[in-house]
Amino acid sequence: MALGLEAGLGDSVLTTKLDTLINWGRQYSLWPMVFGTACCAIEFMSAAASQHDISRFGAEVVRFSPRQADLLLVCGTISYKQAPILKRIYEQMPQPKWVVSMGACAGSGGMYDNYCTVQGIDSIIPVDCYISGCPPRPEAVLDALMNIQEQVRSDSVLRERHQDFKGILDTP
Amino acid sequence: MTTPLDTILASVFADITRETVLDTRLLTVDGAALYEVLKRLKTYPDLDFSLLLDITAVDYLTYPKRAAARFVVVYTLRNWKKNYLVQVRVPVADPDTGLPSVADLWGSALWAEREVFDQYGITFTGHPDLRRILNHHQFKGHPLRKDYDIHAGQVCTEPDSLEPEIRARLKVNGVDDSTMSDINTEIMFLNIGPSHPATHGAIRIFAALDGETIMANVNEIGYLHRGFEKTAEHRTYNQIVPLTDRLNYCSALMNNIAYVKAIESWLGLAITERAVFMRVILSEFFRIQDHLVCLAANLVDMGGLTNYWYLYNEKEASYDLISRLTGARLTSSFTRIGGMAHDFYEGWQDDLARQLVDIEKGVNDSLKLVARNRIVHDRTQNVCVLSPETALSYGFTGPNLRASGVGFDLRKDSPHYFYESFDFNVPVGTTGDVYDRMMVRFEEIFESMRIIRQAVKMIPEGELFAADHRYVLPEKSKVYNSIEGAANHFKLIFEGVRVPEGAWYDSFEAANGELGFYFVSDGSGTPYKLKVRPPCFYAMGGFHEMVEGEMIADAIINLGSINIIGGELDR
Repeated sequence: MALGLEAGLGDSVLTTKLDTLINWGRQYSLWPMVFGTACCAIEFMSAAASQHDISRFGAEVVRFSPRQADLLLVCGTISYKQAPILKRIYEQMPQPKWVVSMGACAGSGGMYDNYCTVQGIDSIIPVDCYISGCPPRPEAVLDALMNIQEQVRSDSVLRERHQDFKGILDTP
Repeated sequence: MTTPLDTILASVFADITRETVLDTRLLTVDGAALYEVLKRLKTYPDLDFSLLLDITAVDYLTYPKRAAARFVVVYTLRNWKKNYLVQVRVPVADPDTGLPSVADLWGSALWAEREVFDQYGITFTGHPDLRRILNHHQFKGHPLRKDYDIHAGQVCTEPDSLEPEIRARLKVNGVDDSTMSDINTEIMFLNIGPSHPATHGAIRIFAALDGETIMANVNEIGYLHRGFEKTAEHRTYNQIVPLTDRLNYCSALMNNIAYVKAIESWLGLAITERAVFMRVILSEFFRIQDHLVCLAANLVDMGGLTNYWYLYNEKEASYDLISRLTGARLTSSFTRIGGMAHDFYEGWQDDLARQLVDIEKGVNDSLKLVARNRIVHDRTQNVCVLSPETALSYGFTGPNLRASGVGFDLRKDSPHYFYESFDFNVPVGTTGDVYDRMMVRFEEIFESMRIIRQAVKMIPEGELFAADHRYVLPEKSKVYNSIEGAANHFKLIFEGVRVPEGAWYDSFEAANGELGFYFVSDGSGTPYKLKVRPPCFYAMGGFHEMVEGEMIADAIINLGSINIIGGELDR
């Protein structure tokens, strides 16, 4: 995502430094938007509560407005009824944005292989990190958060991510 | 044995076929007589079936025995004062013509009939708003029909507008264009959810506002519909236990217990005393957990974040005990037909006693902040009042119903698991406002602790599983060393527990209210049909009655106070 200024500079030394600076900032101030639908959201509550304390990673400013968030945490089963809403929420988030799919249901439909459950949210929106478990422990949420931090750190601020993603709800 | 109920039913319904299944009286009527029979059950003073617990249907298309009609609709009713339970079965000749709606007798029929229509395609004539409820509005077909393929998913491209519904509701409440020009303002439509921090999950609240006052409200659910009932038809009885975890995931173990209890009642399988006491201790412990989460979240909605830390920390600490016992924090899957997955570990009494002391401290700390707090009182007292009549009509049960002053608790009124031998009270509210609902839950936490402390003293040593190996796995030594044992084990795992043919309903006082299971068995190891009677579903069905006329901010705390859990609401 070009910030305008560095777009003109190209892949110069200055931009590389800018990468480091901006990514360092982004990495430790992720603002999660919790799309909590089911059991996993309860485990996210635990991750946020004092014992696990997500603020150690700078991600405690939970935003329920997608417009103020850059990390979408999908905690729970996504049904076909829910899918267009998830997509709209994702689209409302400004770039750059990252998506974590928490738990078996969000990742693959989990134990609900049936008529109403989306078999993995990556058929609707692009996903950057998956957490396994049904539901995952809070430590796993923190692990995913660190994984996202690593992705943020090693990425270039110039790169547009997931540009060619096409999901089942995107018009062909 | 002939009971007073049998005598009354015999005199009122002399010409109707009556049977007794467990503690349920079963009446079979035809569609033409249905409305009259149900009306008499509700209005006849000796019968007084004020609670319509559930409506569901059975599709007998692939049932081994030929049934009179493909579809049969089943109504479950309860007289809570005298603990009478009646089911009315109605064969449906033609699903398109359907049956008369009973929505004018019970408010709970409004959503219950919509669900039957959605899942089975049976029409209810006279229903004011018959449309889909769990599946999305673009869905074609009816998924619980036996000829609907379980994997046939259908993509939904856009959410429902709900505009005709809210306009219809405004009309019901007497608000039309002329009223609006009188007050010289415009109605504002406000949509909350399905993804909103105040909805505690995925529920959509749609309100028509005059300023901040709610003039009409309609709600949409089904965002977490995960096909529990259809999936259960493809699993053996013991394999369904993990699915029940995910109904009310704040008190997963209670669902496990309620589910296996329903099967054991039908099998006539008596579990050991140790297993009974374990179940009592654990269900009360999970009742506490459920109330902790509900209260913590509800107080956060009011801005009392400190309460969240006080209450939720104790829940978090309880998880340590729970995961030491069951291996999982949230989804315990801890029961099996005929017993429990494991026994308690060594030293559990000390852990439990310590945890109860901690919870008591956390709850008391939180109570210190709210019990005499003027701000909390002003915010919650006389807000979103639910009258006992409305509560019963909409099928409220559990703490929400008791907060409205109806002292119905299955642990007292239909005792099982030695509940009659424990010394505990059932807290009952007086007003039915948000404050009462919160305080009933606070009090129930203390009552549950009393039960646990008594049960811990009384729990006997001994076997965990009943010795009936038609239903219970044989010991491992027999499985490995004898051909009978190996065959027994193999058959129970592969074919499942073979449950005798029949249909029955059994219920349990879960944290949120009456959690019922209605089964139809064809004699195999897999249920032919399994319907959950979820307490949340009916509480949400009466939500609009509580919030219309109140402020929008009150609707938020009201939603928290009735404790809606998506997994159970939408199944």
